[in-house]
Amino acid sequence: MNFLLIFVLIPVLMTLTLFLARNRKQVLGIMVTGSIALVVASAYLVVVYVSARNAGASDPMLFTSHLMWYKPLNIGFSLGVDGVSVAMLCLSSIIVLTGTFTSWQIAPLTKEFFLWFCLLSTGVFGFFITTDLFTMFMFYEVALIPMYLLIGIWGSGKKEYSAMKLTLMLMGASAFLLVGILGIYFSAGATSMNILDIVKVHIPVEQQYLLFTLTFFGFGVLGALFPFHTWSPDGHASAPTAVSMLHAGVLMKLGGYGCFRVSIYLMPEAAEVLSPIFLILTGTGVFYGALAAIHQRDLKYINAYSSVSHCNLVLFAILMMTQTAMTGAVLQMLSHGLMTALFFALIGMIYGRTHTRMITEMGGLMKVIPFLGASFVIGGLASLGLPGLSGFAAEMTIFIGSFENADLFRRILTIIAISSIVTTAVYILRMVGKFLYGPMQDEHHAEITDAKWFEKLAVITLIAGIVYIGSFPLGLSDMLHDSLGNVMAQINGPVAP
Amino acid sequence: MRSEVSLLAVIIFLLLYDLIAGEKGMKYFQPVAIIVFAVHTLATIFPYEAGIAFGGMYQYSPMMTIVKGILNLGTLIVFLQAKEVFDGDKQSNKRGEYYFLTLITLLGMYFMISSGHFLMFYIGLEMASIPLATLAALEKYSKKSAEAGAKYILIAAFSSGIMLFGISYLYGSVGTLYFADMPVHITANVLQIMAFVFFMVGLFFKISLVPFHLWTADVYEGAPTSVTSYLSVVSKGSAVFVLMILLYKVFGNLMVQWQGILYGIIIVSITLANLFAIRQQNIKRFLAFSSISQAGYIALAIISGTAFGMTTLVYYIFVYVFSNLAAFGVVTTIENRSGKLNISDYKGLYSTNPQLSFVMMLAMFSLGGIPPFAGFFSKFFVFAAALEQGFYLLVLVAVVNTIISLYYYLLVVKAMFIDSSENPVPTLKSDFFNRTSLFICTAGILLVGILSFFMDKIGLYSFGM
Repeated sequence: MNFLLIFVLIPVLMTLTLFLARNRKQVLGIMVTGSIALVVASAYLVVVYVSARNAGASDPMLFTSHLMWYKPLNIGFSLGVDGVSVAMLCLSSIIVLTGTFTSWQIAPLTKEFFLWFCLLSTGVFGFFITTDLFTMFMFYEVALIPMYLLIGIWGSGKKEYSAMKLTLMLMGASAFLLVGILGIYFSAGATSMNILDIVKVHIPVEQQYLLFTLTFFGFGVLGALFPFHTWSPDGHASAPTAVSMLHAGVLMKLGGYGCFRVSIYLMPEAAEVLSPIFLILTGTGVFYGALAAIHQRDLKYINAYSSVSHCNLVLFAILMMTQTAMTGAVLQMLSHGLMTALFFALIGMIYGRTHTRMITEMGGLMKVIPFLGASFVIGGLASLGLPGLSGFAAEMTIFIGSFENADLFRRILTIIAISSIVTTAVYILRMVGKFLYGPMQDEHHAEITDAKWFEKLAVITLIAGIVYIGSFPLGLSDMLHDSLGNVMAQINGPVAP
Repeated sequence: MRSEVSLLAVIIFLLLYDLIAGEKGMKYFQPVAIIVFAVHTLATIFPYEAGIAFGGMYQYSPMMTIVKGILNLGTLIVFLQAKEVFDGDKQSNKRGEYYFLTLITLLGMYFMISSGHFLMFYIGLEMASIPLATLAALEKYSKKSAEAGAKYILIAAFSSGIMLFGISYLYGSVGTLYFADMPVHITANVLQIMAFVFFMVGLFFKISLVPFHLWTADVYEGAPTSVTSYLSVVSKGSAVFVLMILLYKVFGNLMVQWQGILYGIIIVSITLANLFAIRQQNIKRFLAFSSISQAGYIALAIISGTAFGMTTLVYYIFVYVFSNLAAFGVVTTIENRSGKLNISDYKGLYSTNPQLSFVMMLAMFSLGGIPPFAGFFSKFFVFAAALEQGFYLLVLVAVVNTIISLYYYLLVVKAMFIDSSENPVPTLKSDFFNRTSLFICTAGILLVGILSFFMDKIGLYSFGM
């Protein structure tokens, strides 16, 4: 049995045992045990992966295994990971763990909440370990549908509207993806749906154009591709805390990862030709997200728009197609995953205490809740790219990598994207200044208490991740180096006739 | 032939039982009927053999045995769900009729599937239609039920008239009614195309594809729910399979024509039915439109004309049996216990009946094509089959339509899980038989997709043009 299978088995087992759980204590016990097991498994995977690479393993993917599933279409349950997916698995397990801690007091229907939460994480983990197009698509959709109930039942605000909008937009995008995936399989003439097999045969360039557009659009919508990002602010603002964390932190990365793994890796020629269109879209998205965030007053909306901006930056960097930019894109996915999870966790905690998310209705909270306040500032600084924190490492790498591309058009776009950093600084500093410092707006807020132990645990874990990426990005980019080298070879390499 | 003989034995047995048994004996009629039918189902799953009988009038092949097995399974689930309805005082005097009339239509469907001659086929079709009208009007004091019966019989008679007209043209042009002798004579001349179109009308009516669907919603709504579920799953499944067999075997030379016809019909069926389904309040009407759109998806499997298309079609019907009957099982229980039939009555169902709402949710997700439930796999394969033959645009339209369908399936889920109600359906405990049926359906929804065994098995026996 492949070791990777454990990443799907644990969440599935968690889902099944949750069915049997009788009270809140058991539910939380299962969740904590399971998510710690996931973190341990991903830590172990990192060790095994790095040592295998150091020992000289040079395959594009390691730990591959192949199990025939549906013979007529050559669908297999194929597993395999490279540096990028290992990094994503680590991120997911951290977010699941911290998500569990932040939803410690979720009510009502605690058991059902975690049931859907586990199903969601099954989809996420499954997506990152598989190399088969069909299986990938299946896990992708498994991760989408629990969102509807999670937002609809436990959400806040105009939750029903947001839940429906999010589900339908993402499912709509996945419809294009489905056609794209089947198109890839049929036009590549490959003998399997395994990405590693398809990459060996060359997809005819004329068909690549259509298929690239379909798949990039399909995955891109989940990655908040401008102007199809509108589900994200509403969805994230209405979702319960842990779901916002998981969705913005991990699920949106599914989009970026898919674009990178399927669209760019399999169809590099079309990517080269069509990237200007998508670069303009994502470049606009980067800027637009930051501008829109300035105008928001609701903390969650600010963060959601900031997510739109950051996720568009991920797609932007992937489309630049230089190795440095891609490294930056993966770093940005990790960094944004941790940052946005931290933000949503903190916003959830603050909202639980003040019962408002409007920055105009809060003020001077730093004195009352120093721990949460300080953590918020750290997250904010990471978001605007303070050196030493993850945002800096990621964005720096992206912009250097993008500028490496000698094309004038891309350089101009890069400069425009860079200017979004300034905008980011504006809304982060304004937000922090308004509600953490300044005069107290509501005297009831003087009596609120600081974080409890489980909240502190979640926040500290996330901050540790942010600091780690920010201070030691080299370790990570070494791990990514080989995997991205393979992709770059596919992009630059001699095209098979 | 074994399945027909066995089913006939079951019918005669039940008929005699109903005649002879007194008040006391009739108490056990339903369990006995269900058990006997279950035995028949199990006994006729095998063997998979091929051959012809009655000089080519009648034919059987492994694929047909599989399809009959699927129809048996569907009927069995319908019976399990019907038990508590016919235990009630209002319906108890009609339980004998319900069972053997249903089984007679099933026998008709067997004939339809296995026919090798157009007359045989026509007898089967009529046998499957006329008792269904009686069944639809089973609640004779209910205006709606009588109306449903009348509508069904009138439209059935009309469409089979048109169909016979087509068959007569066909005979005039070809000179034979044997399926096996026909293909060589079919040269796609105008007369044959006209005959073909007339002929198809009859089958499209049975499958309720747009624009032959107008009866569907009214009949589904008016008929007793245990008949509606049978109509929507078993009757439809058999007709779709027969349609495919005929198109492949007899009208192979008209492939270009029927692909064109199906192309248009699929698009209107899926789209129109979806748009109508959104506006429905009554859950039975809602499921009626949902089943029209599902029929469109099933027809998508036919259009490819390949062996893989046949596999996906049978697989789709198989999955559809579980998904749709799970939904009908819940609807039957709730209607029977509380008389509530509106989607808005389902508000807050989760708080009072968590298990029923869970099954209903699985059914909705499976019908909507959400993984990891079986409906996702069947839809995916149908799309793959059509795409393999290059129907890119058609598949894109169909896939985009799944999103619309997802919207209305989610509305039901929303009513049950998210909305709250002042006056929800009270907590009810369905009887053992209904719970068994829901258990079978749930198991089917959860396992048929993930385990590739079923698909492989079906794939072994399918054949292309």
